Amino acid sequence: MSILRRRKASETEKASKEDTHKETKYKGVEDEKKDKISKRKVEEKKKKWSCIDSCCWLIGCICSIGWFLLFLYNAMPASFPQYVTEAINGPLPDPPGVKLQKEGLTVKHPVVFVPGIVTGGLELWEGHQCADGLFRKRLWGGTFGEVYKRPLCWVEHMSLDNETGLDPSGIRVRPVPGLVAADYFAPGYFVWAVLIANLARIGYEEKTMYMAAYDWRLSFQNTEVRDHTLSRIKSNIELMVATNGGRKVVVIPHSMGVLYFLHFMKWVEAPAPMGGGGGSDWCAKHIKAVMNIGGPFLGVPKAVSGLFSAEAKDIAVARAIAPVFLDKDVFGLQALQHFMQMTRTWDSTMSMIPKGGDTIWGNMDWSPEEGYACNPQRQRNNETQVAGQSGTEGLSYPKRVNYGRIISFGKEVAEEHSSKIERMDFWDAVKGNNLGNTTCRDVWTEYHDMGWGGIKAVGDYKAYTAGSILDLLHFVAPKMMKRGDAHFSYGIAENLDDPKYNHYKYWSNPLETKLPNAPDMEIYSMYGVGIPTERAYIYKLTPAAECYIPFQIDTSAEGENEGSRLKGGVFSVDGDETVPVLSAGFMCAKAWRGKSRFNPSGIRTFIREYDHAPPVNLLEGRGTQSGAHVDIMGNFALIEDIIRVAAGATGEELGGDRVYSDIFKGLGSLILWETVDGVSEEDMHFSLLPGLGEMNKLI
Amino acid sequence: MASILRCRKLRYVEPVKCSTLGLESLETLKSSDKAEGGASAVVVNTINRSLPGKRRRRPTNDWRYIDWYCWMVGYLCTTWWLLLLLSHFLSGFQAPESPGSKLKREGLKALHPVVLVPGIVIGGLELWEGRPCADGLFRKRLWSSSFTENFRRPLCWLEHLSLDSVTGLDPPGIRVRPVTGLAAADYFAPGYFLWTTLIENLAKVGYEGKNLHMATYDWRLSFQNTEVRDQSLSRLKSKIELMFVINGYRKVVVVPHSMGSLYFLHFLKWVEAPAPMGGGGGPGWCAKHIKAIMNIGPLFLGVPKAVSNILSSEAKDIAFARTMAPVVLDSNFPGLQTLEHIMQVSRTWDSMMSLIPKGGETIWGDLDWSPEEEYNCDSEWKKNLKASSRDQSHKTNISDGQLGFRVKESVKFGRIISFGKMASKLPSSELRTFDFKDLSCGGASTKSNSSCGEVWTEYDELSRESIKEVAENKVYTATTILDLLYFVAPKMMRRANAHFSHGVAENLDDPKYSHYKYWSNPLETKLPDAPAMEIYCLYGVGIPTERSYVYKLLPSDQCRHIPFRIDSSTGGNNGRCLRSGIYFVDGDESVPVLSAGFMCAKGWQGRNRFNPFGISTYIREYRNKPPTILFEGRGLESSSHVDIMGNVALIEDIMRVAAGANGVELGGNRIFSDIIKMSERINLRL
Repeated sequence: MSILRRRKASETEKASKEDTHKETKYKGVEDEKKDKISKRKVEEKKKKWSCIDSCCWLIGCICSIGWFLLFLYNAMPASFPQYVTEAINGPLPDPPGVKLQKEGLTVKHPVVFVPGIVTGGLELWEGHQCADGLFRKRLWGGTFGEVYKRPLCWVEHMSLDNETGLDPSGIRVRPVPGLVAADYFAPGYFVWAVLIANLARIGYEEKTMYMAAYDWRLSFQNTEVRDHTLSRIKSNIELMVATNGGRKVVVIPHSMGVLYFLHFMKWVEAPAPMGGGGGSDWCAKHIKAVMNIGGPFLGVPKAVSGLFSAEAKDIAVARAIAPVFLDKDVFGLQALQHFMQMTRTWDSTMSMIPKGGDTIWGNMDWSPEEGYACNPQRQRNNETQVAGQSGTEGLSYPKRVNYGRIISFGKEVAEEHSSKIERMDFWDAVKGNNLGNTTCRDVWTEYHDMGWGGIKAVGDYKAYTAGSILDLLHFVAPKMMKRGDAHFSYGIAENLDDPKYNHYKYWSNPLETKLPNAPDMEIYSMYGVGIPTERAYIYKLTPAAECYIPFQIDTSAEGENEGSRLKGGVFSVDGDETVPVLSAGFMCAKAWRGKSRFNPSGIRTFIREYDHAPPVNLLEGRGTQSGAHVDIMGNFALIEDIIRVAAGATGEELGGDRVYSDIFKGLGSLILWETVDGVSEEDMHFSLLPGLGEMNKLI
Repeated sequence: MASILRCRKLRYVEPVKCSTLGLESLETLKSSDKAEGGASAVVVNTINRSLPGKRRRRPTNDWRYIDWYCWMVGYLCTTWWLLLLLSHFLSGFQAPESPGSKLKREGLKALHPVVLVPGIVIGGLELWEGRPCADGLFRKRLWSSSFTENFRRPLCWLEHLSLDSVTGLDPPGIRVRPVTGLAAADYFAPGYFLWTTLIENLAKVGYEGKNLHMATYDWRLSFQNTEVRDQSLSRLKSKIELMFVINGYRKVVVVPHSMGSLYFLHFLKWVEAPAPMGGGGGPGWCAKHIKAIMNIGPLFLGVPKAVSNILSSEAKDIAFARTMAPVVLDSNFPGLQTLEHIMQVSRTWDSMMSLIPKGGETIWGDLDWSPEEEYNCDSEWKKNLKASSRDQSHKTNISDGQLGFRVKESVKFGRIISFGKMASKLPSSELRTFDFKDLSCGGASTKSNSSCGEVWTEYDELSRESIKEVAENKVYTATTILDLLYFVAPKMMRRANAHFSHGVAENLDDPKYSHYKYWSNPLETKLPDAPAMEIYCLYGVGIPTERSYVYKLLPSDQCRHIPFRIDSSTGGNNGRCLRSGIYFVDGDESVPVLSAGFMCAKGWQGRNRFNPFGISTYIREYRNKPPTILFEGRGLESSSHVDIMGNVALIEDIMRVAAGANGVELGGNRIFSDIIKMSERINLRL
């Protein structure tokens, strides 16, 4: 711009000089006349060359440069980035699809993908005035352009009805169907795309691949009630089996899709009004294998913090999508409150609340991960299996962490012995005296109904285990949990033959259902390990919680040394960044192993773990050996396993279990710890670790 | 980015605009600028002489071309944006109420599930496996959407769109598959809507994914091959059954468009046929699952355009291929032999053959006779110009009047192809006929390939003499056209013969008619046993539509492989039916009324041998009314083959039926054209 201005200045200077020059030189009348005319012309021109013109010039400049770059980009051969990468890193390994194609693998079993929470796209079919022109445009997934353009409208359309958990009136937001639903979450951020591309190499195409897209905001049974999604999946699987010569399907659920498919397996065999009426051998006839990727079978602690204070920034991949929007204090827009209000209408988030209570997740003093130390991580990778020996671990013997206390108020509470914590029951606390709604604009969260008394009572209870966390959620979010109770259950079944377990609310809880009668079926649990994963939280009360959520993770709470498991108020354990190993692996490692009451027909289970290795450099993108919850979908080893099974291999041919974590040793090494403390093994087994005892009784 | 693109388009389209800006100062500045910056001293001198004094040392010294360019672009962009903004607001104010919201206020609700069946050329195709030249295009659209690849690597693109010329299936190493879901055919290219308007309106009354389905299929394949390769028919069947169940056992309403109507006809037979060849649904399947079939612009009896397309790739606007790649399809693009390439590719598409006129001379007329023979082109043109408010009787009165004082020379539409204008008018007795069997199919000019690139068409295998013979045969009717095609494209017709049939059945109970090749020909199949079903023919009228062609033989040329071309120099006097080598009749720009309406008007009317169970049929015609203002886009009352999908009246009809109305409640037949008269003239045993 400054250049422009200067140029203009010089122009006027020149012009004025010219004028004086002219006046001295020309004397004739005619000449003067002509001169006047020409002067006027010059002036006119000068006037016209104004700000608008400079603007035009600038715009034109930018446009042209843009086009030029666009042209260059278009002219660039598609293989260019790859070429650069190879030049720097040396030749890339063949993608698994190509490798296996060379080995002669071809398409055999049809494949069904079940996407998880948050990854599926949602599009608008009917909306309010403010969403005009967005018909069949993606509200979720894609570029999220609308989030920025009209945030309130977006939140309104993404929310569900607070009472029914279905559509609010006048709004219909529906899942995007087909493979496009979840191949990319946002441009460039793949979810299923890599897997799809590799499967296509050995001959898969749309008739042999099916994306079971569903509205991940709804509770599982409601997807059937509203969209008939379960019926559609059933019909599609039947069709694929029929058109592929009777070959059974391989199902690949990811994240929450794992629970959704558990629900589906029960639903499809249940009789017609509530279920799909497929008969008791439907699964045996149609499913070859269920290959769960990063499955939160027993829930994730992150879900609790998400519901409690909307702070699970990275539940699945939400973090990646709209960092600005999700960050707390932007523009004072109360984004977090809005977000919380929205997510609390989503029933599905309640399916991820930790299941199995204290028995699985530990009580005030005990937890299954007790022996886990964060720094031996790397050692373990180096020394592989030797790390389990008592000798090495005896040296770096860490302080015990009470992972069982999923939420504790204050760091001291988290570390103190259970007998020293005085807990006040919060149920009696008086709710009421509404905090000023008016000053907080029109954002509504259920915390406003609680009143200060209630909030304080919650803080006074100090520590919450997986069992009492449910009471807490019932207390702070009664409406949500009322819906949740109708659709999900979090306990452990005493007697699985009890007829009450025919109700659909138990179907997505692996501890309250039997697996179907399909002895030929295989269940895989495939997940990443080697990344610290949220397991327990330290909370604090926010002072003067007028317009804010009264609870917050106490990010100032840090562990003493570097290797500590406590960072920023969060205790972490081994896992894939979202799902702890315990939740992902326990069912396949123990509860379903062999013939148990949860697995009466003896379906074979396999555990395949993938150790996390971060991408070497930036060019590799999200890495081919990642173990993170979503990035694992690009893990070559995992893709190879899936392709082999889809092409007909069994779990044994794949190499059976492949374990890096302590999932099998978990209980064993635990005993070791206690022996060091001077307690005999058996005592520990039955008295010190009541949870463990129960755990064993279970099976 | 979109706006920038738009700007770029603008720049290409309207380079003239800078001169129409009306700023004279700019003009003068520009010219002087040119003079000073340019190399030609003469111009400078002349300007110097014409301008007094030292005006040549004007302040514009610093201004260079690049500044000017930037300025201009910026100016155009800004104007364009302003206009866009303006139109955005204006359209916001002026938008008439959509039929969807109108019917919603009337209280209509989604009732019957709806299945959309797209036509030829419309559905998107995407790449699943390709040659190295198509790297990075995995699951990208090759067909429809932006067609960018078409321009970037045209040969690679053509290679991937071709099918195997022997089997009619995938060539080895290439898998191109139809896009699935509603996205397959909602827009053909950005901004060029197809089903979108209909989908949007249906959504207003409550339709969504669970009761709205797009039956996509690979439109290049023959109908039975879509089942063989992709199991498309099985998927459609399973989908309909599913929708039937989850929507409370309500039958579906099927809405096929263009070739989709033939595809669905095929499906109707397939689904009830026993298992190895058919879908094994049993004889009651259609009655149980289908409420109505609402064919939009159906081409039950084929289109003459298909013939010219196969013969010389000149049907520039079959459906709307014309709009998609005007540069590539233009025939005289130098040196690239585009036409030959196109021909080579499109001849591998079996589905093209389903469009060849069916029913032979019985339907389409012979040398001397045709059902449209009383069609008066003059009145037709006039009708187009004037508003469509004129009623039927009035129109016929006028044309009768004209007939009275003018010697009417009837056009012989029956001669679908004639060589030379004379041949199209001669009385039949003066024409000589001959037998194709006498011709020798020698491979005479096969050596010419090397000099002309690697384009190969089947014409190379024909000797020059036999081509001449073909041309000397003068005229071809709907029956003899098949022989002609056999002669010029034997490979293609061999494949076609296995999948399609173009005749009229003598005896429908003949067991041979249970073969799938007859299923898509309405004249060789019986409609299913579903008396409660309804069949609608919804099509546009009032647009001149290609009906027969005047061809010429091109002089022998090394690199011209297509020896025939439409003789565009021939044309009748102003207002005649013949214009630039093509005879026009009434229709929707692609499909003549005869093909679209005959089956509903007569072939299936009442209870007859083609419709033994008395399925009721309805004709709904929509008269063309071009858009009045620019903002309206492609018009709310257009009736051309594709734009009719945005026709408000048509959408309303479809929605009423989907919401439960039947044909009688809709108002029965609604006819503007001469279809009834034409049908009466056709002597078909029913």
